[in-house]
Amino acid sequence: MSATSHGGGLHALLTEFESPSAFMQACAKVRDAGFRHWDAHSPFPVHGLDDAMGIRGTRLPWLVLASGATGLGVATLMQWWMNAVDYPYVISGKPLFGLPAAVPVMFELTVLFSAFACFFGMWGLNGMPRLHHPLLAHDRFRRASQDRFYIVIEARDPKFDLERTRAFLASLGGSVVDEVRESVEG
Amino acid sequence: MKNPQVSQAWDNTRDDPTRPVELILGGNDFTSITEKVSDIVLERKTPRAWYLAFFASAGLTGVLFLMIGWLFIRGVGVWGLNNPVGWAWDITNFVFWVGIGHAGTLISAILFLLRQKWRTSINRFAEAMTIFAVVCAGIFPGIHVGRVWVVYWLFPLPNEQAMWPNFRSPLLWDVFAVGTYMTVSLLFWYTGMVPDLATLRDRARGRVRQAIYGFLALGWRNSHRHWHRYEKAYLLLAGLATPLVLSVHSVVSFDFATSQIPGWHTAIFPPYFVAGAVFSGFAMVGTILIPARKWFGLEQIITKHHLENMNKIILATGSMVGFAYATEFFIAWYSGNPNESFAFINRAFGPYAWAYWTMVTCNVVTPQLFWSKKLRTNLGVMWVMYIFVNIGMWFERFVIIVTSLSRDFLPSSWAYFRPTPVDVLTFVGSFGLFFTLVLLFIRFLPMIAMAEVKTVMPIADAHSGERRSVGDYHGDIPAHVRDGGDR
Repeated sequence: MSATSHGGGLHALLTEFESPSAFMQACAKVRDAGFRHWDAHSPFPVHGLDDAMGIRGTRLPWLVLASGATGLGVATLMQWWMNAVDYPYVISGKPLFGLPAAVPVMFELTVLFSAFACFFGMWGLNGMPRLHHPLLAHDRFRRASQDRFYIVIEARDPKFDLERTRAFLASLGGSVVDEVRESVEG
Repeated sequence: MKNPQVSQAWDNTRDDPTRPVELILGGNDFTSITEKVSDIVLERKTPRAWYLAFFASAGLTGVLFLMIGWLFIRGVGVWGLNNPVGWAWDITNFVFWVGIGHAGTLISAILFLLRQKWRTSINRFAEAMTIFAVVCAGIFPGIHVGRVWVVYWLFPLPNEQAMWPNFRSPLLWDVFAVGTYMTVSLLFWYTGMVPDLATLRDRARGRVRQAIYGFLALGWRNSHRHWHRYEKAYLLLAGLATPLVLSVHSVVSFDFATSQIPGWHTAIFPPYFVAGAVFSGFAMVGTILIPARKWFGLEQIITKHHLENMNKIILATGSMVGFAYATEFFIAWYSGNPNESFAFINRAFGPYAWAYWTMVTCNVVTPQLFWSKKLRTNLGVMWVMYIFVNIGMWFERFVIIVTSLSRDFLPSSWAYFRPTPVDVLTFVGSFGLFFTLVLLFIRFLPMIAMAEVKTVMPIADAHSGERRSVGDYHGDIPAHVRDGGDR
């Protein structure tokens, strides 16, 4: 059974759980079954799920570090160039560029650049904003942001087979197995 | 007190080390938490009191802008400033409002890093308050500059003089500190709110609301692969905001500490200002939180345990402030500097003694009542205490700024500052702006961080069997941190 991504085609299969512990055990089973294009959805971050799903660490901290270093460099160069090079003027006998007086702005721009990298980097790596997604059009899935837990296996996964994956999901102990259709354009 | 069983069940302030503190009372589950918080925005009819409060606040905001308009037309002479008092209510109000904001960042960032689970019930509210307070604060330095039409000279922008701002001045550090603080607070607040905006999107019934909340939720679909990066980003933002919040009021204090005015030129200012800021901020959070939790029926989520913890922080920071006042006096005497000694004797016994003793009473004396458990768990007492702290902390800034300026080195130029009606109405108007923003927030955005509250409920624990926790904060170290498996 081949799944296509045409309008109205099958996007994924989902199953629903009511308790975090059953959900987490089920996630470990999906991980061990070797699926790759699958995901777990919960109203809040369930602790320990990273391991149960086999998620590797994110590279976000490195982006933040690089951006913070950029902020530090920009602040240092800006203060030196503006006050000591481009338009030097002496005020109450202070040196044109002195490190102590430059520290506050260096600190602030380091934090500012880091925070921007953190914010935009996180949404970017998560592929957001993305306002249109097949899951968002699925009625039952609305409770993922409220009080239910979902495991979703996408049809594009190489191991996906409609009948066998459906049976596998049903064996996990969730309350229901449902199809998620590709959203029709318009 | 009519039903002792109910009141006992709702009292989670008992100190029983053998039992974990229940942070959420009333047998709530994920569904009921979601409904209680999102129904305030989506389902409940707007109470008439909200409209009354909103129109009153909006009216005061109008007064604020009228006063600012008058100031722009006539110049800073409409205020009671004189020579030598060139800074008075404008900068007092600025420092007052910036300080208020600090509680929000302390709750959202520092208590997060310290794994204080009780923060989840109040952090959204406190962060919102931070942003609104910084908005109010930002107005004052903006309008006090005199020639407001060249206010962009504050920023390092190319201008017609081909000149750059002076980075050796603490006033410019302030621009960067407050600007960064505002930006980072906003990013932090919005990041925390996205999952809850998704909840509102999924529960909203009208098309317009679905579209607006959907747009703001950025397409969040609660994927754990997203949560994973989200939690990392949240931790990093908390780590960034923690030194930031300590730096903001330190930099504000440099405006004074790096000058040579007696009473300003002291090394104690940065820590003393930060403690005072947290003190005043918690008082303002409490001032609004106590009525809000009652009007919107949130007593099971924002419990007495939360309020008691806040009061303990108020007691601690209030005592730090009192200690700083004493240290200032000691150093003024011990330094042997006659100008410095005079400045402090003048504060306590000079023409502004009334303001000084108002400050000491409100900031140092009355908060000591919170040593009593009975008083710090009594809603009425704590609310009155919060008002006292708000008053005391405004006076602290007034005392520091105006007493030092009004009598500096040259007795022939001493002068007494008297505010004009424009001073008073501008300050009152800034409260109007603050409460207008708070009321809009309560009406249209999730007041409680639903997703975060759910994580601290016992039913959220996926391995409750291996849990060893007692108390507030133990045992929730995520596995990847505990095992060092993450990178």
